[in-house]
Amino acid sequence: MTISEQIITIGCCVAGTMLSRFLPFLLISSRRPTPKFIIYLGKALPSAIFGMLVIYCLKNVTFTSGTFGIPELASIAVTVLIHLWRRNMMLSMAAGTACYMVLVNLVF
Amino acid sequence: MREETVKKRTEPSAIKADDSAKVRTLSEGLHPRRDALRAALPASFPVMTGYVFLGITLGIYATSQGFSPWYPTLMALTIYGGSLEFVTVSMLLAPFAPLVSLSMAFMIQARHLFYGLAMLDKFKGTGWKKFFLIFWMSDETFAVTFSADIPDKVDRGWFYFFVSLLDYLYWAVGVTAGGLAGSLITIKAQGLDFVMTAMFVVIFLDQWLKEKRHYTAYIGLLSAAVCRLVFSADSFMIPTMVLILVFLTALRKPLEKKGGFIE
Repeated sequence: MTISEQIITIGCCVAGTMLSRFLPFLLISSRRPTPKFIIYLGKALPSAIFGMLVIYCLKNVTFTSGTFGIPELASIAVTVLIHLWRRNMMLSMAAGTACYMVLVNLVF
Repeated sequence: MREETVKKRTEPSAIKADDSAKVRTLSEGLHPRRDALRAALPASFPVMTGYVFLGITLGIYATSQGFSPWYPTLMALTIYGGSLEFVTVSMLLAPFAPLVSLSMAFMIQARHLFYGLAMLDKFKGTGWKKFFLIFWMSDETFAVTFSADIPDKVDRGWFYFFVSLLDYLYWAVGVTAGGLAGSLITIKAQGLDFVMTAMFVVIFLDQWLKEKRHYTAYIGLLSAAVCRLVFSADSFMIPTMVLILVFLTALRKPLEKKGGFIE
């Protein structure tokens, strides 16, 4: 990516973010009730989006050859288990990442 | 909204929300900004550790991917959205695709739409500060400002302003510190990029644990997985987002009837 392409990419992320922040104040009058469909999406979207983002993180993993995605799946399992145990975001992230780094550097 | 109509009935129509805020400031606090900052500081403390540490992680992650520390800091100041900034780093490493970047940014940040809806009335009468209250909206800032019990003598607008500003600064400081640390110590070890995966796994899991039923979570996982099988790693996100919206729209009736996907 050239520098200007990088700036445009970051600019697109800024624009998408600002759109989501300013849109309610620009479009919706607080006197009129919020459309039911919007309220429904507000409840239904987050899980779907974060599920999508988990897959997005694994987009370059090949499950049919090489390491067969074992380091990724094992480290995700560690992250989940540590999180179920302590419910501490930073700890779970650190444990999962450390596990992954050990696996890709020392084992596979 | 109900509060609004009650106010309208009891207050003389000549006094607008804007004016009443000014009157209160003049009569009840000589130092509206100082009082608001004093109330905002402790309210923002719970956010500080989380933002500083996650910010440091983002800074180190971005520099470990070969970016100068200017990048994470610039993103922290302009985008100011934790999870999206991680994704932005990976966008910068992928082929140039502005439409994908824009739509992913909007979908990832779409939850701000609902924070905005919830704050529509609360931000009324805050004057020029309103722009910053909207610009500095985040998950944590929303959680603090929406539920805050603001003392009567503290000006609401300034209180929101300082909580939002402090959270924004915590994030910027954390990211910059991480960026500088990452650029000074070159991390040779492979695999640090997994920190983004771990972060989304944790956020997804937290969401999962809050729900009784997981239909929408499955919709997200499956749409992305199927689209990844059909399309390439660089082109599957737009079809994924379309598919998610199609599923959620088509299955709205049964999903609402079964419920349980949140709270």
